[in-house]
Amino acid sequence: MAKKKTSKKAAKKATKTSAGRRAGRKGPVSRKRDAETIASIENLADSVTKDGLKGRDPSVNIPLRTVSNMNWNKRKRILEMGDATQIRELFNVGQARKFMQTLLLAKGCKDLIEAQKTLSLRGMYYMSLHTIEGTKEKTFNEQTESDTVLEDLEVGLGGLREELHVFAKKRGTMVGNITVEDSGDEIDCRRMGTGGYAIPSICEPSVLQFKKCDAKFVLHVEKDTVWSRFNEDRFWEKHNCILTEGSGQPPRGVRRLLHRLNKELRLPVYCLLDCDPWGHYIYSVIKQGSINLAFESERMAIPDAKFMGIRADDYDRCDLSADVRIALNDRDVTRARQIADYPWFKDKRPWQKEIKKLLSNGFKMEVESLITKDISYVTEVYVPERLKAKDFLD
Amino acid sequence: MPPAAATPLKKRSARKAATAESMAAMQREISVSEFFAKNRHLLGFDNPRKAVLTTVKEAVDNALDACEEAGILPEISVQMLQLDETRFKITVQDNGPGILRKQIENIFGKLLYGSKFHRLKMSRGQQGIGISAAGMYGLMTTGKPVKIISKTGKRKPSHEVVLKIDTSKNRAEVVSDTEHPEDDKFFAEGHGTIVTIELEGKYQKGRQSIDEYLEQTAIANPHATFTWTGPTNETVVYPRAMDELPAEAKEIKPHPKGIELGTLIQMLERTDPKSVSAFLQDEFSRVGQRKASELIKLADKKTSKTITPRTRISTMGHDEAEALYKAIQDTSIMAPPTDCLVPIGSRALLAGLLKELQAEFFAAATRPPAVYRGNPFQMEVAIAFGGNLPRDDSARVLRFANRVPLLYQQSACSSFKAILETGWKNYGLQQPRSSLPTGPLVIMVHMASVWVPFTSESKEAIADYDEIRKEMRLALQECGRKLGTYLRRRQKMKKEAERRSVFERYIGEIATACHNITGTDARALFVALKKIAARKTEEADQKLDQDGKVLDTRDPLEKDDDVIILHERSADGDDDADVLFEDDIPARKLPRRGSKAAKRTTTRKKKTSRKR
Repeated sequence: MAKKKTSKKAAKKATKTSAGRRAGRKGPVSRKRDAETIASIENLADSVTKDGLKGRDPSVNIPLRTVSNMNWNKRKRILEMGDATQIRELFNVGQARKFMQTLLLAKGCKDLIEAQKTLSLRGMYYMSLHTIEGTKEKTFNEQTESDTVLEDLEVGLGGLREELHVFAKKRGTMVGNITVEDSGDEIDCRRMGTGGYAIPSICEPSVLQFKKCDAKFVLHVEKDTVWSRFNEDRFWEKHNCILTEGSGQPPRGVRRLLHRLNKELRLPVYCLLDCDPWGHYIYSVIKQGSINLAFESERMAIPDAKFMGIRADDYDRCDLSADVRIALNDRDVTRARQIADYPWFKDKRPWQKEIKKLLSNGFKMEVESLITKDISYVTEVYVPERLKAKDFLD
Repeated sequence: MPPAAATPLKKRSARKAATAESMAAMQREISVSEFFAKNRHLLGFDNPRKAVLTTVKEAVDNALDACEEAGILPEISVQMLQLDETRFKITVQDNGPGILRKQIENIFGKLLYGSKFHRLKMSRGQQGIGISAAGMYGLMTTGKPVKIISKTGKRKPSHEVVLKIDTSKNRAEVVSDTEHPEDDKFFAEGHGTIVTIELEGKYQKGRQSIDEYLEQTAIANPHATFTWTGPTNETVVYPRAMDELPAEAKEIKPHPKGIELGTLIQMLERTDPKSVSAFLQDEFSRVGQRKASELIKLADKKTSKTITPRTRISTMGHDEAEALYKAIQDTSIMAPPTDCLVPIGSRALLAGLLKELQAEFFAAATRPPAVYRGNPFQMEVAIAFGGNLPRDDSARVLRFANRVPLLYQQSACSSFKAILETGWKNYGLQQPRSSLPTGPLVIMVHMASVWVPFTSESKEAIADYDEIRKEMRLALQECGRKLGTYLRRRQKMKKEAERRSVFERYIGEIATACHNITGTDARALFVALKKIAARKTEEADQKLDQDGKVLDTRDPLEKDDDVIILHERSADGDDDADVLFEDDIPARKLPRRGSKAAKRTTTRKKKTSRKR
């Protein structure tokens, strides 16, 4: 069925930049920003109502979150979202259900904001879940359905998930030479034991403020196991830094926190990730922003982040045993080539060399592979060496 | 093939040295009756069940022919009484013109006696074998004679004649002859005929039963009423669906192209006219003076003897006849007149199917007349689809020749082959390789002709002439296309309905959500959105129809005279009220009098647009 091009713009429009940072409020977002969000939700419902009553097709404009609608801003060195939008129409068999879900979640968010409470993505799913009257159909079949619609709503309203009072599951840990205040509680990240401070999903200034910081840089490692090694060895103490971990691809909270540490406290960010295309992509997301959240790159990306390792030539350089090699499979190879082709990697010689080497090696390596040398090789030799030599990939 | 040709059968004697004299002593003429008595399967008396059916069929066919010729709307009742396990008494009564007393012996007691063989006219019977053969069969199996009661008018007495056929002489023997007074109560209308035959047989319902035969006869003869009382004493009435008699069929002369040399010689021997030219003009259709001269001139060139228009028939020998025959083959002659054909007509076909089948879609096609071997013929096809027809079986084929159902030898019939070679898949049906299409489908094929070429005397299958099969195929395709259009449209409608339901499902949620966000009137928004949904799906309906062309809102199919669609019978339109209505009339049993039946048909007809 042909898509009807309605020039009519649906729900609009709010500022995209982050909220004012005034202290002393209960909710996670400032009152002013909340009022703006509510206004844009009401706008959305209003335009649907007006269209409906006038006999026009109700529709919602949602910016496209695809590779094709993503631009590499060379000057700012971040990924930005383009202007392309998709029109979600009620009277389109393929979109009707999503349209309904969009409005249900909009209503849910408004209720949340008004109650000055936050909910997890899963909580949101339950909040809008019910059986449609007169049918056996549920409004949502599973959480993933509500998650994607919520992301659509987020970009559609030009607000952030945090501003809709929704957060994701907590992931990521921090420890180091810094004191923060989280919703009024002061947290000394130097005294977090073995567990570390769990980085909250919402790291907006309204929730989280930096108090006292002596650290000189941030070391971000790929996962929990490596982070534990560093924490146990009190690496952050010896090297006066902040140690973070994002459980693989870092969630928004972690990225937002890294961004703020970098921008507000001017701390350089170094990444210690696996030597494989997935590790490279984590670095890419931290540095340039992700495709899915390109509209938030400005608030998330850290163009100055540096890639410390593991690197393809470490196998020879550190004289690792052949046992640590994990053969590249077809998907790895394709992914590696794709990454090499990204514009922000394309004109960087060292990166091209790195990926070429990875491919010619024919195997990948995890950070843990350094353990074969010595339990604390990574904290006592590998990273200090790199830091000393300032040997990073940019 | 005229059975007379089969007569000179000689018997061979055994191996022992036989002399010409001893052989001569055994050689004698065989009467037609004797021949058929021994070869009863040729006439459709192969087995007890078929014998019963053939008997009913011959009697009913004769009754219908007689009524129509006399311009009477036929009312025919058939009764079958079971006397013991294998013995039945069949009585067929009609309201026809009756039979003159002196003709009764000839018609019922003599094989190959009849009005229909010698002329080219569309009628059910052809050879004049049928009813007398049935009587003969009855006599042979039970020893009981045939009883005929006939009355030709209100003021005439009715005659009750009991007849025995003398097979060796092909002649009837009168057992008893009673004259009833004028005011007898045999016939309500004052005229008609009752035939009673007792015979050995078997009765079984289902395929190829009397029930099926009568049901199909009712379809092909919607102007007739049939009442059937079977051995179980249940009475079924097939009421008439229209009060118009079919137009009377005209008799035509043979077409020159349709005869063979032997026939031509025979005609020359029998003719009255004295000159060749007069002979050609008088005995054949489509031969005028000019065409006759043309033929004679050409014939003259083809033989050493001279033939002129004035050549006397009596002087013509074999050579001249052959020359004339060749001349006919080499000359183009106008096709025979076709006004001799009376098709059932699309309207009547539909009426017939409509009253006997619980289907949802009906379409009919009548082809223009065509010619095979000099005989004009016309094909008609009607199909019924959906409704309560069985869904998983292969299509049911109803074959008719001059309004007579053909129940046996389906796969030998030309129509069957035509159905197989029609691509039903194109019309949205399933059709396994080289077999009938499957689905809730009934296909009716009717051939109207002055001479239907049967494959045998028992008239069970139409011979496979190319011209005939081609016409059948064309008519089948015409109906198929209509069905295809309908099915495609129905599918689209279903899709549209689904689309609408998708929209309507979510509209309520959206209205409520908007209400909760802005406080707008949920009810008003709901109504407005629902209106858009209705408009949307309707719009798409139009857009999608027929290769994306926007059509006017009227349904193109329903404007067509030859199509009837009963939406209430369609599979998804089955609501309770309709089901109840159908239950109301349980399987056409018991005293459903004409009025109620008529009412039912008229209410249905309202939904069908048929102005002609």
